[in-house]
Amino acid sequence: MKLKPLLEIKNITMKFGSLIANEDVSFNIHENEIVSLIGPNGAGKTTLFNCITGFYKPFSGKTIYLGKDITNLPPHRICKLGITRTFQIVKTLNEMTVKENVMTGAFLTTRNRKEAEESAEEILNITGLYKKKDVLGANLTIADRKRVEIARALATKPRILMLDECMAGLNQTEIKEVMNLILQLKDQGLSLLIVEHIMEAIMPISDNVVVLNAGRKIAEGKPEDVVNNEEVIKAYLGVKYHAKSKKS
Amino acid sequence: MVKNKKAIIILIAIMAILPIFIKSKVVLNAIVLLLIFATLGEAWNIITGFAGQTSFGHAAYFGIGAYTSAVLYFHYEISPLIGMVLGAIIAAIIGVVTSYPTFRLKGHYFAIATLAIAEVIKQLFISWRYVEGATGISIPILPRSATFMERIIYLQFNEKVPWVYISLFLFAVVVFICDYLENSKMGYYLKAIRESHEAAESIGINTTNYKLYAMIVSSAISALAGSIYAQYILYIDPFMMFSLEVSMKIVLLTVLGGIGNIFGPIIGAAIFIPLSEFTRMKLGGSGTGIDLMIYGALIVLISVFQPKGIIGIVESIRNRSTKKKGGEGEVEALTRN
Repeated sequence: MKLKPLLEIKNITMKFGSLIANEDVSFNIHENEIVSLIGPNGAGKTTLFNCITGFYKPFSGKTIYLGKDITNLPPHRICKLGITRTFQIVKTLNEMTVKENVMTGAFLTTRNRKEAEESAEEILNITGLYKKKDVLGANLTIADRKRVEIARALATKPRILMLDECMAGLNQTEIKEVMNLILQLKDQGLSLLIVEHIMEAIMPISDNVVVLNAGRKIAEGKPEDVVNNEEVIKAYLGVKYHAKSKKS
Repeated sequence: MVKNKKAIIILIAIMAILPIFIKSKVVLNAIVLLLIFATLGEAWNIITGFAGQTSFGHAAYFGIGAYTSAVLYFHYEISPLIGMVLGAIIAAIIGVVTSYPTFRLKGHYFAIATLAIAEVIKQLFISWRYVEGATGISIPILPRSATFMERIIYLQFNEKVPWVYISLFLFAVVVFICDYLENSKMGYYLKAIRESHEAAESIGINTTNYKLYAMIVSSAISALAGSIYAQYILYIDPFMMFSLEVSMKIVLLTVLGGIGNIFGPIIGAAIFIPLSEFTRMKLGGSGTGIDLMIYGALIVLISVFQPKGIIGIVESIRNRSTKKKGGEGEVEALTRN
């Protein structure tokens, strides 16, 4: 890809005391591309998410969005620039209805209540939540909460949508629905950065895969290349299994 | 939203008609106090009910409003109408200056900080000569011959009825402001902050700024109520204006009525103020506190059975009657798992 990247992540390092959560991680996200970030538990995926979106201040390194350094901006400023994230541990606004949840997101681009309502309803339709628009956040199932999380983020009209494990805990049909939604969003011109554990869901839809292990980037490339990468197999299955599979 | 507006207008109309039928000074006095405290409850509701930042120190803003107008009148004969506005501005400034650093504190710690700030302000006023310290300020009373115009400018009336309308006017304005806020971008943002700070930040809400806006509105309204109260009572001292009891009254009556709901404070005040006036009258000095005991019991019951207050009880009854036709989504949500 020769295009100028939309978001550049440059040498991000994040430490918690002496624990290194991310070490020298770099990759790019291009316009209209789905990049997925995978890796075993504790690889530092969510930490990296937090660094990019301003929830953590990285120890060193930079994030550059459209040529502008956004590394130390607070989360709300980064969102206003066009990068919106969801949370792995969903943060539904419990005492508000589904529609109000989404409207809150929509208020980013408008002051007008009517407009916010309209754009919220549009997004509720896309995400398949329209029927539940008057249900309180507290009364939703986990699948619907994850959907609300995506819908609320979408309502801010981002250019880059960052999804943190939006499929974990969902059943097969629900995963299919989310996959379709993601592809649909890509068709609309969004770029997505997705953290995910479910390989069969994420591999077919990704354009580019970044693999983290123990805080370091160990591989990057097309999904089919990454799955055959030795480092990646080692990280996922352990060195022993890797050796065994070679012998046979 | 439209429904709310109608209900508010009906409520205010009823309050406006009441003085025509009620001649008892005791009852009228209770109505005035009820409206002042309902206004304070609305103000508190903005910062705590909507934005979720528990304040136990709203007496500070109430007192600052009262003192600003009273001091300006006492020392310089400036009309309390001007004093009220200045009081609101000063309270808003103090609200911002004290909240900006304390908004970093989460949950209970913020509540403790507000409590401490109110106490600090009280101690300052007790030892501050210029505001007559612990003796308090007796607002100079207009001569009997004062014209109606003068009475309006200096906000002093011998009758109770004008006070009912003045406090009702303030309450009405405040309720409409709150209703507008609740349904505006700011209302949605404040509720989002209450529900989840991080989610709010992630969808582009500048949480610090919005909490400060809420504090500005809340403290300014409290100060206005304070000025009205001072002119009504005509005597203020730090112990009664900045007392923890005032802060607690504001909190308790809103919680009883329904926190986060614009009808909560007026419902709570309508129960609480007559109760405390009645016990004070019947039992005299030894009775102070009995109202709080009864009230405490009510609060315990409410928080055990219906944390959303009386409004919550009303809502759950209404929901139960509409559930038969409207509960489809819920059934589906349950069967999914």
